[in-house]
Amino acid sequence: MKESNKGRAGGYNCVVCIKQVPDTKKVTGEAMKADGTINRAALPAIFNPEDRNALEAALSVKERYGGRVTAITMGLPAASAILREALACGADEAVLVTDRKAAGSDTLATSYILSQAVKKFNPDLVFCGRQAIDGDTAQTGPQIGEKLDCAVVTYLEKLDLDGDTAIAVRDIGTGVETCRAQLPALFTVTEKFGELRPFEMRRVMKYKNAEPMVLDCAAIGCEDDRCGFAGSPTSVNKIESVVLAGGEFKEVPATDEGIAGLVAELVKDHTIG
Amino acid sequence: MKNTQGEVWVFAEQEEGRLSDVPFELLGKARELAGKLGVKVGAVLMGSGVEALAKPLFEAGADVVHLVDDPALKVYRNKAYRHAMVELVNEVNPQIVIFGATHMGRDIAPSVASALRCGLTADCTDLQIGGYEDKKTKETFTNVLHQIRPAFGGNIIATIVNARNWPQMATVREGVMKPLPREEGRTGELVKHSAHLEGLDIPVEVVEIVRRVSSVNLKGSRIIVCGGAGVGSKENFKLLHDLANALGGAVGGSRAAVDLGYCEHERQIGQTGVTVRPALMISCGVSGAVQHLAGMQDSAKIIAINTDKDAPIFKVAHYGIVGDLNVVIPKLIKAIKA
Repeated sequence: MKESNKGRAGGYNCVVCIKQVPDTKKVTGEAMKADGTINRAALPAIFNPEDRNALEAALSVKERYGGRVTAITMGLPAASAILREALACGADEAVLVTDRKAAGSDTLATSYILSQAVKKFNPDLVFCGRQAIDGDTAQTGPQIGEKLDCAVVTYLEKLDLDGDTAIAVRDIGTGVETCRAQLPALFTVTEKFGELRPFEMRRVMKYKNAEPMVLDCAAIGCEDDRCGFAGSPTSVNKIESVVLAGGEFKEVPATDEGIAGLVAELVKDHTIG
Repeated sequence: MKNTQGEVWVFAEQEEGRLSDVPFELLGKARELAGKLGVKVGAVLMGSGVEALAKPLFEAGADVVHLVDDPALKVYRNKAYRHAMVELVNEVNPQIVIFGATHMGRDIAPSVASALRCGLTADCTDLQIGGYEDKKTKETFTNVLHQIRPAFGGNIIATIVNARNWPQMATVREGVMKPLPREEGRTGELVKHSAHLEGLDIPVEVVEIVRRVSSVNLKGSRIIVCGGAGVGSKENFKLLHDLANALGGAVGGSRAAVDLGYCEHERQIGQTGVTVRPALMISCGVSGAVQHLAGMQDSAKIIAINTDKDAPIFKVAHYGIVGDLNVVIPKLIKAIKA
């Protein structure tokens, strides 16, 4: 094993936060309501793609250094489907945080509720997907980290552990940074970390009807005025569906003459040349 | 507390003593917002030994530069920057804070919003000042920040407001706002602040940064040739490079083309990639998913080449060629070279 691959006795206690999301890549006309809002029910519900990478990060820590992995999701009971997927891939425990009080939570309220749930498990490492495809905000992860007051490492691509220190490689947009973070630490994980391992058939059978541990806001010590609508400073003022302008375009025949004419026009108006 | 006379702030992101493009873009928008509110534009400059960067910020539209210069801020680290920013917001009380939706901006902004317990809207494509009525309480508000962003994979445009818990915070996509022309000699007020980092345990140490030397500069290109799933293969993408070379342009790809491995991720144009507005966009085999169009529809001229005459890309195109790109592109190259 490499020098940076030492780990520690007893391994690491990992928590991964995952989300069930509507598959926004499959939005079609049928999924749009007349008022321009999305009919979520018309879209398949999936395991948020980068949360799968986050689960892989947690499972790889367990595989390399030992320890355990707890998957937590906040949502409706139907979100248990992705918790069962997590169990089938190797998670040891699955937790569903569900409560009517959580309805209408923006990222601030969501991160508060999730941070309260995460604290219950006293983890060494917390993993979140970088962002969820229904909102693409990338806010909930760092906001959980702030509330846990632990090291926050976003855009994780690679991770080694040495005692109480994480050696992390992260994308900083303009380059790649290697940093040493003291545990406990929270990481947001991108697809570059690597794909989630396939599930184990034996575990699929074992967990196919498994029920997660269910917690409500009171069970994790949430203050009511920090959850749901009450705890969400942002409000949606307006939603518009995207309507393409549908302007007229000039059809150019796919012939030598047609294309030569187009190029001549672009040269004339100084677009090219 | 709501400070209706508070400044409009821009986080002036810098690395290694160099400002990125995005603060200049944001200052352009901040001037517009501050003009409507009748308040000053402030730029927040953090780092170590970065005082000289105040000048370009004044010239780009800042009235005030809030400088936090501290050795502990030399390299960006979440906790150190978050702490310094939270202190500064509490001290000066701005009404609006805008960050670039860069890796750094998307790291610091949510952390600061979480600590201040205020709202934050990610990846805005526009910001405006307007009114708001809370439909439940019937309470009305004036002069709030309308934070406009695509959501749900770009299929809807949402306007978000944060009427109560100020400051109002947003991150804004790179390349979306236009910088003002540089006003040489324009100056303003430089205010130096302490970061108050003494005794703060910062749990992260940066060991090494390897800068990416990118050969791809989509944002700076006048002409872009962009390929989609319809290109069909990585090999066929070479044809797009040939066309771009003939025009002195760059090559981009849709998310579908990137997902299929036809081109590199750094070439991705669209909501989850780069936003571009070149003088000429030649779109080849791109169907025109909303999330892609969001990142290119402001191009001055768009030529769409697609075999499907009903492809949505034609709805934003100025010129349309219904045909096989493997036939059309060689003809284009021939005509350009003629």
